[in-house]
Amino acid sequence: MSAGDAADRIERRFAELKSAGRAGLVAYLTCGDPDAATFERLLAALPAAGADLVEVGMPFSDPMADGPSIQAAGLRALRSGMTLARTLDIVGRFRARDAATPIVLMGYYNPIFRYGVARFLDAAKKAGVDGLIIVDLPPEHDDELCLPALAKGLAFIRLATPTTDDRRLPAVLKHTAGFIYYVAIAGITGTKAADAGSVTQAVARLRRQSRLPVAVGFGIRTPEQAAAVARVADAAVVGSALVDEVSAHLDGAGTARPDLVDAVLRRVRALAEGVRGARRG
Amino acid sequence: MASPNTYRGGPDERGRFGAYGGRYVAETLMPLVLELERAYAAAKADPGFAAELGYYLENYVGRPSPLFFAERLTRQFGGAKIYLKREDLNHTGAHKINNTMGQILLARRMGKRRIIAETGAGQHGVATATVCALFDMPCVVYMGATDIERQKPNVFRMKLLGAEVRPVTSGTATLKDALNEALRDWVANVEDTFYIIGTVAGPHPYPAMVRDFQCVIGEEVRRQMRQAEGRLPDTLVACIGGGSNAMGLFHPFLDEPSVRMVGVEAAGLGLETGKHAASLTGGSPGVLHGNKTYLLQTEDGQIVDAHSISAGLDYPGIGPEHAWLFDQKRVEYVAVTDRAALEAFRLCTRLEGIIPALESAHALAHAAELAPRLPKDNLLVVNLSGRGDKDIDTVAKALGVAP
Repeated sequence: MSAGDAADRIERRFAELKSAGRAGLVAYLTCGDPDAATFERLLAALPAAGADLVEVGMPFSDPMADGPSIQAAGLRALRSGMTLARTLDIVGRFRARDAATPIVLMGYYNPIFRYGVARFLDAAKKAGVDGLIIVDLPPEHDDELCLPALAKGLAFIRLATPTTDDRRLPAVLKHTAGFIYYVAIAGITGTKAADAGSVTQAVARLRRQSRLPVAVGFGIRTPEQAAAVARVADAAVVGSALVDEVSAHLDGAGTARPDLVDAVLRRVRALAEGVRGARRG
Repeated sequence: MASPNTYRGGPDERGRFGAYGGRYVAETLMPLVLELERAYAAAKADPGFAAELGYYLENYVGRPSPLFFAERLTRQFGGAKIYLKREDLNHTGAHKINNTMGQILLARRMGKRRIIAETGAGQHGVATATVCALFDMPCVVYMGATDIERQKPNVFRMKLLGAEVRPVTSGTATLKDALNEALRDWVANVEDTFYIIGTVAGPHPYPAMVRDFQCVIGEEVRRQMRQAEGRLPDTLVACIGGGSNAMGLFHPFLDEPSVRMVGVEAAGLGLETGKHAASLTGGSPGVLHGNKTYLLQTEDGQIVDAHSISAGLDYPGIGPEHAWLFDQKRVEYVAVTDRAALEAFRLCTRLEGIIPALESAHALAHAAELAPRLPKDNLLVVNLSGRGDKDIDTVAKALGVAP
């Protein structure tokens, strides 16, 4: 792939992290939560606050793998008028100012299917998207979006879970690009937390079968939990905890209070410190 | 598209009916869905499973259900000969238990220890809670908070049967959200839990499995009609929410070219108002709840709420096999308004002494349209998929009278 390729931006970032001797922080926020302008301010400030990669959630009315926090964030975003087309616009504006931070779009298939797969991939590529995480497209449906995305130079990042056994793992890893996202618990986002031992084992199992970086998510809320993951994995993904910070800084009418952006970024900085300090001492 | 040699060959090994169906679920669920597919295939091949299911259908559910010649409705409509398939006479008052009985026997074979289900109107929830009581299995039923308010008697029934009814407040707090919540529960309890889906939708193998369990309806009709009239029926009419009672009636006849089939969706206040539940006649293809099918959705692919006076039809999707049959034009799909369904509800009650479910009243309303235009020797079967006692408050309210 050429140096300008999207999958390259992810690769470069993990290479940088490796040479810095530390794991990365992947920050998730839902696009348009609580409104487009506030989200854009947050997105622009995430890298400086310590997010090494950013996951931008594409809101969907029926997010079946998400817990209450991200469900509510999606509904707030939809109520504020967020659409897939506007999400791509926002990413495009971010990319014009930041050429280095990888952006991964995360969500569900239906809005993309409705938008049109080819049209979506063109627009995503043009906007500077680097990868996709589509929760409800298992490898059994690779022909629909995964393979066309790879052909476009967009990484298709697959979720591996505690229920993905050794027999199934090769199929899950086959067309995975960019990094592997290990879902640390059998469950939905933002609920229970995994114990460090099982995460260590799972990461080791993935490393035996793939050379891709491994990011671990689901249930990571505190700098300590992020640090524990950062000691064994290549990145820690934090989503619901950040989204909760958004929802905690809304007024009674559901609009952003003036301190919302600072509060979310403070949380990102704390988590980043946890991740960055993890392998020291 | 060329018409296939058989309309009964689906789904393919990927769980597809043409472009529809599939397994659009999170990775956590994939191994479970594959396990279920294997277990169901094994059960299907085992005569012992069929015998066990047959025993409970006969002695507990009360099958076969009668095929009743409705003389007064026939005279009233003044055309085709109207037969009613009396699924309302099943234990728990609807066709739903044909499926829950099949699935709970499968869950037992698989060694699962906990049952979850979603419900809209509460009929599937009651049918699930019932078989869970029978087989002493803990049962959690997810139900939209809005529906709990609308369907209090069924909520109480489920509780009496020992089920835990969990209100769902996420999204729009209706059936689609209850389904999301049940899927979330399943993701979080993968070890011991069996999810009994109530209609011919969801990830493969559910659409095919639920269809197979409901096919007892059409198979009985074939036998009963041969006995009554010495031949096949000419016209089959059934209502469609997710589409399980219709699929159960239609599927055994799909390869009989002489049999015309009509699926009746809920047009609510009218298709033009946008307040309806007609996924085929008023929706577009999309992906939800594990399958690709026709959905009610916005331009941006967000799912919109369905509306129908009948809570059981109030679902913004439809089983994928119906989507395929719609594209193939093998089955006709039409939509009937709340108002027409209410009128048919009254007519059937007064003329036949049978209070139909509001769901089934949609099928009756279309039969009322169709029958007068058909010859008197046309044998028209309406699937009376459930009894209407649960709906009397809704009907009273709609008619502006005190129950």
